[in-house]
Amino acid sequence: MASVTCANVRKSFGATQVLHGVSIDIRDREFVVLVGPSGCGKSTLLRMIAGLENISSGEIRIGERVVNHVPPKERDVAMVFQNYALYPHMTVADNMGFSLKLRSAPRREIDERVKLAADILGLTPLLARYPRQLSGGQRQRVAMGRAIVRDPQVFLFDEPLSNLDAKLRVQMRTEIKELHQRIETTTIYVTHDQIEAMTMADKIVVMHDGMVEQIGAPLHLYDHPDNLFVAGFIGSPAMNLLPGRITANGGGGFEGPGGARLPLATAPNGSTGQRAIYGVRPEHFSLADDGAEAVIQIVEPTGSEIQVSAKLGGADITAVFRERHQFKPGDKVRLRPDARLVHLFDETTGKRLNA
Amino acid sequence: MADIALNPRPARKRIGDVTAWQRLKANRNWLGIWFMLPTAAFLLLFLAYPLGLGIWLSFTDARIGRGGNFIGLENYEWLWGDSVFWLSVFNTLLYTGVASVIKFAIGLYLALLLNQHMPFKAIIRALVLIPFIVPTVLSAIAFWWIYDSQFSILSWSLKKLGLISQNIDFLGDFWNARWSVIAANIWRGVPFIAITLLAGLQTVSPALYEAATIDGASRWQMFRHITYPLLTPIIAVVMTFSVLFTFTDFQLIWVMTRGGPVNATHLMATLGYQRAIGGGYLGEGSAIATAMIPFLLAAILISWFGLQRRKWQQGEAND
Repeated sequence: MASVTCANVRKSFGATQVLHGVSIDIRDREFVVLVGPSGCGKSTLLRMIAGLENISSGEIRIGERVVNHVPPKERDVAMVFQNYALYPHMTVADNMGFSLKLRSAPRREIDERVKLAADILGLTPLLARYPRQLSGGQRQRVAMGRAIVRDPQVFLFDEPLSNLDAKLRVQMRTEIKELHQRIETTTIYVTHDQIEAMTMADKIVVMHDGMVEQIGAPLHLYDHPDNLFVAGFIGSPAMNLLPGRITANGGGGFEGPGGARLPLATAPNGSTGQRAIYGVRPEHFSLADDGAEAVIQIVEPTGSEIQVSAKLGGADITAVFRERHQFKPGDKVRLRPDARLVHLFDETTGKRLNA
Repeated sequence: MADIALNPRPARKRIGDVTAWQRLKANRNWLGIWFMLPTAAFLLLFLAYPLGLGIWLSFTDARIGRGGNFIGLENYEWLWGDSVFWLSVFNTLLYTGVASVIKFAIGLYLALLLNQHMPFKAIIRALVLIPFIVPTVLSAIAFWWIYDSQFSILSWSLKKLGLISQNIDFLGDFWNARWSVIAANIWRGVPFIAITLLAGLQTVSPALYEAATIDGASRWQMFRHITYPLLTPIIAVVMTFSVLFTFTDFQLIWVMTRGGPVNATHLMATLGYQRAIGGGYLGEGSAIATAMIPFLLAAILISWFGLQRRKWQQGEAND
């Protein structure tokens, strides 16, 4: 097991730079999720750590060793691919034991380790099958088994759940997390799904356009997004971002779209009159007589909560209530954001303004 | 509802009244047969009939210009004691064996090479196909010149290089002639194998190579454990075809040597043609041609059983 360090890593394909100096510290045994929209460079970074892509500049260290020019097989990492990349002509057991066979490990040792990994993943009855005889979830597990058998320094997962159906995805999510708790190998996991990131990670790295937007624990990112991108990306349904103007700092307020008056607990000194983006999560609205007026458009009950799409001063917002309010489309309601939980962002730089 | 049930409409026929013809028209199995008829007729007329006729002729003493009488196995008995026939069998097996092995080796190597990223990939791939596109007779004539005893460019080049002092008699010497026609056949047959195997290589997912890279496989191990096993089904098919084409080769030999010198390059196909058309002994020629069938069937059966063993690619979802 080992730590992984990326120091100012850059990657260019020809003239196109896809990673613009990424620095991440991953501690030993940590479960880190790289998350971001398609094309943000997260998979490329993972492949650079694996050694499948070379590093244009910067440094990647596994443990204390700089691996920039170390071939993949000497990096002691195992990778689980999005399409599993199982060898179709080998049985499950042979797939899992392949790396050991290449190292000319004794037959007995291979069998033992394959059996051990199969036990952990519940694959024992399937060991003699071929990949095409397995379901998606089983294939996924074999791909993980192949990684476990090697007992590597680092596990790399490249969007491993995106080919599974929704229910299986939730189940495998739990299994991967459980697996990590059990064998405690440093894990780097790439996904575009922020729910996966939130639920699995010890630490999330949010990436966008080849840059790191923010690094932190899941709930920290949720509660304190550093910028507009992270605010909009983390959380589902997404945070409401309303443009407007700070009317008075220090317990003042915010003039939102259509002149809606929104409460604000704190704002930087001297920011009165400044244009800004007012961020409030859907679950931080409550009904209150002194709230801003909104017209309900769509009501979506999910059982555990009610999700409401509404117009607030001409802007579309989403609110979520745990209480079973009897809303109907067209209803006028007064919504008040919880002032202590409001996020304020600079309109031009997107940076967080309030503490 | 009740009224309708009480007054069945007389216009509607009962099921039993449908004519046999109408049933045939609607029956899906019959429809299938209708659609297959033209193809079946074509195959029967142009493949099965000539084959059957050929086999029948081999049991007669037919000659050009007169129909034959049934003579049983007499043609085969005669061939059994004919040393030229046995020489042609040996030649055919040598020609097919050596040419197929070398064609496979070169074809696989070329396919692996063409599967790499390189500049002008499309043009190079197209160039590789040239020997396959040129009509066989034309390339045979070209080789005839290359191997000519006086004007051979090979002999000329080797002489200029100072490696030999006099022309090589490519097609006049017993073994030289055999190797020369085999070389020509290889040149002609490699593109087919290379391009087909290249198509097979391109179906192998690049992710498998990445997985193998991370599993620690060297280039050779990747070929040995990933590429080759995944390519075996297509290798079986392409080599079956290659063996069949080579075994029945006629044009190259006929243009270059006509089976000479002293029958050294006579294949079963050329000998059969020479006896049947050149000599006029249709029955005997047919017997030679028919004698090829067991060899060809054996080749097909070998690849058939070779193919069947690959369980991993067959539809056994639950066993």
